[in-house]
Amino acid sequence: MTPGPIEEALRARREAGRKLLVPYVTGGLNDDWVRVVEAVAAAGADAVEIGIPFSDPVMDGPVIQEASQQALAAGATPGSILADVARIDVDVPLVVMTYYNIVFRAGHRRFAQSLAEQGVSGAILPDLPLIELDGWGRAADEAGVETILLVAPNTPDGTLSEICSRSRGWVYGVAVMGVTGERTTLASTAAVLGRRLKAATDKPVLLGVGVGTPEQAAEATVDADGVIVGSALVRRLLEGVGPDGAADFVAALRAGLDRT
Amino acid sequence: MTSLMGQPTSDGRFGEFGGRFLPESLIPACAELETAFTEAWADAAFHDEYESVLRDYGGRPTPVTECRNLSAQLGIRVLLKREDLAHTGSHKINNVIGQALLARRMGKTRLIAETGAGQHGVATATAAALLGFECRIYMGAVDVVRQALNVFRMELLGAEVVPVSSGSRTLKDAINETLREWVATVGATHYCLGSVMGPHPYPWMVREFQRIVGTEAHGQCRELLDGADPDVVVACVGGGSNAAGTFAGFVDTDARLVGVEPAGGAAIGRGIPGVVHGSKSYLLQDEHGQVLEAHSLSAGLDYPGVGPEHAHLAASGRVTYHAAGDAEVLDAFSLLARTEGIIPALEPAHALAWVIRAAGTDDLPAGCTVMVTLSGRGDKDVAQVAAMFEQSGLLSPRG
Ligand SMILES: Cc1ncc(COP(=O)(O)O)c(C=O)c1O
Repeated sequence: MTPGPIEEALRARREAGRKLLVPYVTGGLNDDWVRVVEAVAAAGADAVEIGIPFSDPVMDGPVIQEASQQALAAGATPGSILADVARIDVDVPLVVMTYYNIVFRAGHRRFAQSLAEQGVSGAILPDLPLIELDGWGRAADEAGVETILLVAPNTPDGTLSEICSRSRGWVYGVAVMGVTGERTTLASTAAVLGRRLKAATDKPVLLGVGVGTPEQAAEATVDADGVIVGSALVRRLLEGVGPDGAADFVAALRAGLDRT
Repeated sequence: MTSLMGQPTSDGRFGEFGGRFLPESLIPACAELETAFTEAWADAAFHDEYESVLRDYGGRPTPVTECRNLSAQLGIRVLLKREDLAHTGSHKINNVIGQALLARRMGKTRLIAETGAGQHGVATATAAALLGFECRIYMGAVDVVRQALNVFRMELLGAEVVPVSSGSRTLKDAINETLREWVATVGATHYCLGSVMGPHPYPWMVREFQRIVGTEAHGQCRELLDGADPDVVVACVGGGSNAAGTFAGFVDTDARLVGVEPAGGAAIGRGIPGVVHGSKSYLLQDEHGQVLEAHSLSAGLDYPGVGPEHAHLAASGRVTYHAAGDAEVLDAFSLLARTEGIIPALEPAHALAWVIRAAGTDDLPAGCTVMVTLSGRGDKDVAQVAAMFEQSGLLSPRG
């Protein structure tokens, strides 16, 4: 399959010598979340992940759980978030991250088409492993939505290379055995996984989960093409930093990556 | 095509239900567990050990009791499969002994589990004490209050009990939190899941570990009924493990099979297909796919989903599912105590409530024989029920 727009964009930036940065923002968290997405894009993100909150987020730690609950309590729905996304004005790709029941409930084709129609280029479903990908994977391919697959530190070599060849957009390496959340140091599993993935694929390799500071981002990109930063940003949003504070934090991450 | 209550397909499906919808980090553990269980279950030595622990330690076989007074009152013949008499007071011990022996065989050193009513947590803590595992139990903060006695029992048995304050703070959230921990500790830790739900191989494996209920009951009924089977076999359904174990013993007979869900958590009765906690099944959810909270006075049934094999059994028509409401459940709880001298847990009181309601109707015609699995004893529930009787003028212990 030929690379889609996300993979094209990320490859071009990587080839230009840039380390890649993808911040995560919970959709529907605070009234200004659309402006947060625009602000982090302008501050140096290469793509932005938008979370569609789910009632039972098993891959998420306390910070993103709290953000999800607040967004749901404020009335966010998949439909309202995608309607807001259509208003977002950025020149980097947008990707949604949600859980499979949201997709299953809407119907594979309907969900894939609504992503494409609202200008979303990719999707990440952390509870849909390779062995269950079929139905959604086909519908997403047909709609031109790139499904980014995750690889864990304990994923066996055979599965790892299958995931690398089936993943679109980029390959998401889960840097630590655990759920989303900040860690004081970058897990030792990050470097090992980064090297395994880089040896297996030419697609962009990004590490996420437990990457939350400019120093950790720089360290992670010794062995990978880029990082995904979620809880560290969402915690600041829960503390009320707003679009400007989010932009400052993403700019600091960008600077950390550019120094390497 | 799999036969009813046989092995699921290689991708863990019962019909269209089941599967393995989990983060990639847990997929190797599920595959390892599937291999280990498949090998152990084909190994006579493993069966011997499992059965001897359940016999010498667990108190099996549990009897089938004929309820003469209740039968006279209802005009039908009522038999109870007495899981309340198993060690720790419910059927949960059957599954837990199986999984703990398997975990030991796999070289695991630690057990983690979710619990609702606390019965599965107590059973897991018991097996951990017996077989020398470290043990941590996740329990919704609401249930920690409702089932305070069971929290103390678990701690007495050496387990650490962690209250879960996210979401609805009940069983569903305890499962989320156990899964989150398992993602981080999967190497040395076995997740001892308490019912026929979750990712493949759990629904199949837990049903096999509970099959002993149905196998025993089938033979005991034949003895009591001069070689005949009961007309109807009834069990309550939370995740569905006591029901699955019971039905497995009768699925190849002519007995009608009935599962009883709580009215406030009737995943089969009111849910639609969805995916949560690792498998596809019926699920209470809103139009957007957000999981709804169940509402039942019984902590052990307070769950918005149901095991995938039950979804398949319902779709196939082999099992019929009904719902029982809180008030009739309390009446059934009291009635069994007064007529038979048996205080049931609130969970199987749902099965009894349906039997009482259906007695003499087309569902349970006068003179028919019904076997009910009494999945646990009511000691854990008496404080809660006493408080409810006191609060409500409508409900009194005299019915
Ligand atoms: C006595 C008893 N019965 C039934 C249940 C419900 O579980 P299942 O549907 O898996 O049998 C519980 C759960 O805690 C229980 O304690």
